[in-house]
Amino acid sequence: MTDDHSPAAIRVTGLRKSYGQQVVLDGIDLEVARGSVFSLLGPNGAGKTTTVQILSTLISADAGQVQVGDHDLSREPDAVRAAIGVTGQFSAVDKFLTGEENLILMADLRHMGKREGRRRAAELLDQFDLADAARKPVAMFSGGMQRRLDLAMTLVGDPRIIFLDEPTAGLDPRSRRTMWQIVRTLVASGVTIFLTTQYLEEADELSDRIAVLDHGKLVAQGTGAELKRLVPGGHISLHFGDAAVFARAAQILAPASRDDDALSLQVAGGGDVRSLRSVLDRLDQAGLEVDGLTVHTPDLDDVFLALTGQPEARSEPRAQTQEAIAR
Amino acid sequence: MNAIAYTVSDSATMLRRQMRHMLRYPSLTVIVVGMPVVFLLLFVFVLGGTLGSGLGASGAAASGAVAASGAAGGRSAYLEYIVPGILVMTIAAVVQGTAISVAMDMTGGIVARFRTMSISRASVLTGHVLGSMVQAVLAIAMVLAVALLIGFRPSAGPMAWLGVIGVLALASFALIWLCVALGMVTDSVETASNIPMPLILLPFLGSAVVPTDSMPGPLRLFAEYQPFTPIIETLRGLLTGASSGNDWILAVAWCVVIAAVSYVWAMRLYERHSVH
Repeated sequence: MTDDHSPAAIRVTGLRKSYGQQVVLDGIDLEVARGSVFSLLGPNGAGKTTTVQILSTLISADAGQVQVGDHDLSREPDAVRAAIGVTGQFSAVDKFLTGEENLILMADLRHMGKREGRRRAAELLDQFDLADAARKPVAMFSGGMQRRLDLAMTLVGDPRIIFLDEPTAGLDPRSRRTMWQIVRTLVASGVTIFLTTQYLEEADELSDRIAVLDHGKLVAQGTGAELKRLVPGGHISLHFGDAAVFARAAQILAPASRDDDALSLQVAGGGDVRSLRSVLDRLDQAGLEVDGLTVHTPDLDDVFLALTGQPEARSEPRAQTQEAIAR
Repeated sequence: MNAIAYTVSDSATMLRRQMRHMLRYPSLTVIVVGMPVVFLLLFVFVLGGTLGSGLGASGAAASGAVAASGAAGGRSAYLEYIVPGILVMTIAAVVQGTAISVAMDMTGGIVARFRTMSISRASVLTGHVLGSMVQAVLAIAMVLAVALLIGFRPSAGPMAWLGVIGVLALASFALIWLCVALGMVTDSVETASNIPMPLILLPFLGSAVVPTDSMPGPLRLFAEYQPFTPIIETLRGLLTGASSGNDWILAVAWCVVIAAVSYVWAMRLYERHSVH
């Protein structure tokens, strides 16, 4: 993480928000380095959208300090608005206007001047592969096209900090890849991106840092690799065709966890070649036949489930996690 | 640019947006312009003969209408009587459209985007207000044109016409702001289109269609003191050249109060309106 020493683009401390009795955000602290991609990962209802809405000045927080692009959110909301671009979860385009008119509307509201506005609109239509549909009303656009236009509108004033709330929700795999490519291009040009997602693959693919949000609290924060290390989920899964062979193997490979019905064993570790070889060697020496083998490396799914999945057992892993991150 | 220049330029941008909506989807405009014209024709040709004959008996003198004998005479007298009432109904019809288009805007995502941008806070609403003002001008011009075509001959001079324009503009402005607020009190477009319905009804419960002194006690009391009656009477006085006494002061006062309260209410609702 080379950006650790550059000043943060977004800095949040002690952010709280409740609706009546329901606590939505219960003290959030986070920092997003300039020019990086930060993912807020969490299940539905975790508070992701509320966080984006607060950071983008749509709703106010109950408590906490927020700094976005050198500006204090509560004291200078308009300066924050001038620095950011937001693409929300729900389509924020004017369906009665054409694609081009939507972009020019944004340029006018950014006070860009007529010629410059038109130039930028044409550039973005080209860049987002919307040139052919520029003069069609948005109501006729496909979901993926609307999403692209939505993002293009966000980019009209060249904001340096961009919030994307579940940018790929509801997109087909191809459109999702296109969206990822756009995000990468933006980051390459020095833009800071704050995105929320419930797709682990997406967070892993795009982000420099990931924070896992659950029930209004950050339960873990780090790079994808750091988060994966938090959960020792790697194992080798072995399947046997014969009950006697299965029983022998279970003895040899103890303390493996066994599934007697499926005749399968799960041996911990196993991400690397050496431990895989050692398991296979031991089975070979005993002359045991293996029907099937899969190697399971820990992915963010394991992290996600371990951190957010078990409501009862959650408090302890969370404490460990926080320690791990503090180190 | 300073803050005021930004407000003006953002409001102009929002007005352009409203005009585009109107041009691209003219059905709402056609309805709000067409309905009052249909009302005018209905009242004059279907009801006018009979209603006009009754005018002389009660209150025609106050309204300045000339009592005439026979159905045709009654009809032309009634045309003169009903036009100010229809003009106010025209405004009421236009503002139905305001509530609908504000509600449609608020339920869509585009307004959430506007809120995250560094633009004048009021401009989204002033865009709607200006757009509706344009619709009101179109609708009123249409109604007056049809009225003139079927024989309406107002005796108003240039100054009186200026007064008519002023009263119509002020009443439109006040009721449009009221409906901007009403368009935001609900999250559903259907409800928003129903809430301003009483505004269509109120002129009937005033002096729009028949003079108030032909009504029974409590209704008459309501009819005389509700805001539409002084507005209608002021227009009637200006158009026919008769004096409408202090009605114009009441009319202006009602409009100013409705506009001010609605503006504050609408801005509050806009700031507080929950995001989707």
